[in-house]
Amino acid sequence: MSAADSPIAAGRGLCSCHVCQLVSRSTGTSRAQHCPRCGARLHLRRPGSVQRCWALVIASYILYVPANMLVMMETGSLINYRKDTIVSGVVHLWRTGSWMIAVIVFVASVAIPLLKLFSLTLLLISVQRKSTWHPQQRTRLFRLVEAVGRWSMLDIYVVTLLAALVQLGSLAIVKAGPAAIAFGAVVVLTMLATMEFDPRLIWDPLQKEEFHD
Amino acid sequence: MTDRTPQLIACHECDLLQRDIQLNPGCYASCRRCGAVLYRNATDSVDRTLAYTLAACMVFLGANLFPIFAIEVQGGRSAITLFGAVLSLWEQGMRSVSTLVLITAILIPALELASLTYLLLPLKLGKVPPRYPLFMRTLQCIEPWGMVEVLMLGVLVSLVKLTNNFRVIPGMALWSFAVLTLLLAAAATAFNARDVWAQLDGKRRDLESK
Ligand SMILES: [Zn+2]
Ligand SMILES: [Zn+2]
Repeated sequence: MSAADSPIAAGRGLCSCHVCQLVSRSTGTSRAQHCPRCGARLHLRRPGSVQRCWALVIASYILYVPANMLVMMETGSLINYRKDTIVSGVVHLWRTGSWMIAVIVFVASVAIPLLKLFSLTLLLISVQRKSTWHPQQRTRLFRLVEAVGRWSMLDIYVVTLLAALVQLGSLAIVKAGPAAIAFGAVVVLTMLATMEFDPRLIWDPLQKEEFHD
Repeated sequence: MTDRTPQLIACHECDLLQRDIQLNPGCYASCRRCGAVLYRNATDSVDRTLAYTLAACMVFLGANLFPIFAIEVQGGRSAITLFGAVLSLWEQGMRSVSTLVLITAILIPALELASLTYLLLPLKLGKVPPRYPLFMRTLQCIEPWGMVEVLMLGVLVSLVKLTNNFRVIPGMALWSFAVLTLLLAAAATAFNARDVWAQLDGKRRDLESK
């Protein structure tokens, strides 16, 4: 599709409200403009989207290291005692025959966070290079990241429930480890990074004009 | 207001300008260029969302008041509620994680249900709730952070892990969470923000012109 038959709101001086979707005319002045219907701040594009998204993604990469190196959960009973990281926990589940659960935890705690981080990195680099490479596919990737992100919280809930229930002195204990803090932070930061990314930037290189703010 | 152009809609994912057309009930309009869902025509959106929301409010109370499950140890029983689990994690020194669970599993769903009721109940009765744009904005802003369905999966995973070592007795809240997950999903599907905005604005204009 050529640029001529795809009118872009920003190209016509129109601005779509990110809260209520009302399209209103952009005054083009530097003065802050608000949506006439809901009062939200109006921007042609999310301001500082790329920079803020990078900052959050880099912080997530850094925290991803302790999240995987430190202990997620300590389990102990009279006969055995073990400290598990996220990955060793999944391996232990697999070895003890809980395949279903092992696969679910692997997807939520290992696959999804990595998918989010790599996808956002790819999207950010492609947007910064003003790439026109498969915008449709990149938009789909963004939608996928947006949809699955929340499921990484699974392990946090599991640790919370187990640690609270199994507090029975000498017989058996389950304790949450420091990796839970780092991992929780990774989940929150990657979700914030996804919200910060403006998918319209993927399509902008297809136009001749440039849009700011 | 001269700058209102309500017949236009700009795709939130690629900014393509398109004209708003009337849809048949149950259909949705997707962007011509990137395929994003622009808006839907959900039948009886307000009625159905309100019904699911009110049901979810009651189930939400049950889910938080009753224990999720209990385990039997040495003849004794240890049971937990969701809030009990949050509190226990706090006492173990994991304050940030405990706060995260409190916010995503209890506070945000509660705020979501309260805002929906605040907006839709008066609308159903033919009134306009004061400061409704604020509540519509809140609703849109907190939506990604309510994670009841993820919690539900977490409860199931914990249940399977525990049955390896303990005798587990499912509690009332376990069933409540299952029902709550379904009701929230149904309410989210039935809710149509575009439609609610239009109805609220229309009602307000009617009242102002009188
Ligand atoms: Zn608005
Ligand atoms: Zn589009």
